[in-house]
Amino acid sequence: MKDVREALMVGRNTEGKLVRRPLSPFMLPTDYKLQMSSGTSIMHRITGVGLGLGTLLFTAWLVAAASGDSAFSVVQAILGSPIGLFILFCFTLALFYHFCNGIRHLAWDAGKGFELPAMHRNGALVITATFVLTVAFWVIAFLVG
Amino acid sequence: MSSKDTTPSIHIRRSGLGRARGLGAAKSGSATWWAERLSSIALLPLVLYFIVSVLILKGADQAAMAAYMAEPWNAVLFIALILALFYHLNLGMQVVIEDYVRHDAPRITLLLVVKAVIALLALACIISVLKLAFS
Repeated sequence: MKDVREALMVGRNTEGKLVRRPLSPFMLPTDYKLQMSSGTSIMHRITGVGLGLGTLLFTAWLVAAASGDSAFSVVQAILGSPIGLFILFCFTLALFYHFCNGIRHLAWDAGKGFELPAMHRNGALVITATFVLTVAFWVIAFLVG
Repeated sequence: MSSKDTTPSIHIRRSGLGRARGLGAAKSGSATWWAERLSSIALLPLVLYFIVSVLILKGADQAAMAAYMAEPWNAVLFIALILALFYHLNLGMQVVIEDYVRHDAPRITLLLVVKAVIALLALACIISVLKLAFS
């Protein structure tokens, strides 16, 4: 034991000998089946980090608009290209997921919907809502203007 | 830590208090947890506003962008969104980095770099909105 954080990982058995406390294996697929709980949890993190990368795009959009006409038309052209639209589609998917599952987390923090059957139900609801909202957004985006 | 070692030995001679020091306080640790929740609640209406704004600004040219941000409420709401968004991102990224980067040097370096980048992005966004608003 060289790191202070390992202090809790080591204990003594009844004979007073130092023993390593057992650790449960890592949560994801190798040892455990992917479940609604772990799946929606890791997706919340992945979409959160993804949205963090998306803020680079958000910043580029605003900075280009402030820089002037030529810079902004370049950014708008990139966003309107097939690759740009694909990135924006992934961005909205991540945004609606993180938004809906964030509400679910807030409900859990308030002590609501945390029982196993409820958690499975609201998890499925979050996934459904994500797809419905994403499709609705893009339908409106193509209908408007 | 090599978990293969079945017989652990202690190489650090420190008291229990000495080991606990620097690992975070027991009473103030919930402040960042609470701040993450509060910023997420603030983001709920702000993100809905942002989505509507994006739909309004779809395919807009620079003049339309400037006209939109020249409306005081749009500038205010965009700056509120930027503040809540980057604050929430900062807290979220900190948790992710602390969870997955074990060793002190790379963890602290990455934390500082990410926080610096987030702060600069937030400032760039706010200045851009202000410039559009006042141009």
